[in-house]
Amino acid sequence: MENQGPLWEVFIQSKPGQPYKHAGSVHAYDKEMAVENARDVYTRRNEGISLWVVPADQIVAVSSSESSSFFEPADDKVYRHPTFYDLPEGVKQM
Amino acid sequence: METLENTEELLKVFEAKIDAEIKIEPRDWMPGDYRKHLIRQISQHAHSEVIGMQPEGNWISRAPSLRSKKILLAKIQDEGGHGLYLYSAAETLGVSRDEYIQWLHAGKAKYASVFNYPALNWADIGAIGWLVDGAAITNQVSLQRTSYGPYSRAMIRICKEESFHQRQGYEIMWKMMEGTKDQQRMAQDAINRWWWPALMMFGPHDSDSPRTSNAMKWKIKRETNDRLREKFINKTIPQAELIGLKVPDPNIKVIGKDQMGENIYEHSDINWDEFWSVVNGNGPCNEQRLNHHIRAHEEGAWVRECAQAYNAKTNQ
Repeated sequence: MENQGPLWEVFIQSKPGQPYKHAGSVHAYDKEMAVENARDVYTRRNEGISLWVVPADQIVAVSSSESSSFFEPADDKVYRHPTFYDLPEGVKQM
Repeated sequence: METLENTEELLKVFEAKIDAEIKIEPRDWMPGDYRKHLIRQISQHAHSEVIGMQPEGNWISRAPSLRSKKILLAKIQDEGGHGLYLYSAAETLGVSRDEYIQWLHAGKAKYASVFNYPALNWADIGAIGWLVDGAAITNQVSLQRTSYGPYSRAMIRICKEESFHQRQGYEIMWKMMEGTKDQQRMAQDAINRWWWPALMMFGPHDSDSPRTSNAMKWKIKRETNDRLREKFINKTIPQAELIGLKVPDPNIKVIGKDQMGENIYEHSDINWDEFWSVVNGNGPCNEQRLNHHIRAHEEGAWVRECAQAYNAKTNQ
């Protein structure tokens, strides 16, 4: 028996220019109800100026614990970081 | 054999994370007993928030002013919200909201026993906010550092909101102590009835709490029941004295100072027979609280069915 409606994940933007951050989840039967529930549950004290709700079963996830090689391509490319490079003395800002 | 080795390997990774204060997330491997402990603890916590709406809800229509009515409504709405944060965290463990509610209705899941006491008059609303929410905050501040990510995040959110709850309760008590002799008597009567149930909220002594050691080892709990209870007592007695209330314990005595220079108190032990009797269903309101929840859930079934049917129709 599953009668609480599907699960939606809630993402909130706290201020203009800020990224959306995951806040938690709500149950709702449709989009309209999902945004209203998300507002009532997660923004009772002006925590958000904007929010997203996403059906939880539509999120595709991967984590390093499940697939250790997944994030490996980032491991051997130190030249992507600015600290990799030598600079001549006297350079002030770069 | 390969699975066994694998499990040992996974357990090592898990324990290393716990040791390094790295949060465990829903998709991470975790020992079965860790998951089981969390399922029990977080759902009990969620049910407590929701059942806790009942003793206070009883006073919305009789709040003495518009100001106090609005505050009480906002507080109770928060409690419902806190229940939802916690169900949301509990659901990440692979049990659905429906199952959690069924377990509550079947008596397989518990909620904080303190809500099995009645709120008899307006002073009780003050005592609940000040003492019951105060005890809950003491516990929840500590749980912000719990090892399970979703639980920790729910606790951080809840703690931000709870301090208003405690202050509004204390303000009610303070106003009554500044009032007439009858109001002062009511306030004292309320602390007399709520003091011990509030202390019981921290649970049995550590020595009688079989699950504490695993919970501490895995950092689900960060401080023991007794330690948290002492913290609450030391904090609360001066608050009572400040507004002229007496804690209903003849053995209260200052026995030292902590690092901050605050008093450390000696006190009587809890009446554990009463504690276990209420836990086991024999408190003044156990039946009433659970029946009310079941009735509200059943009476709301048609709303859920309509919403479901409407969604099916509009998504055709």
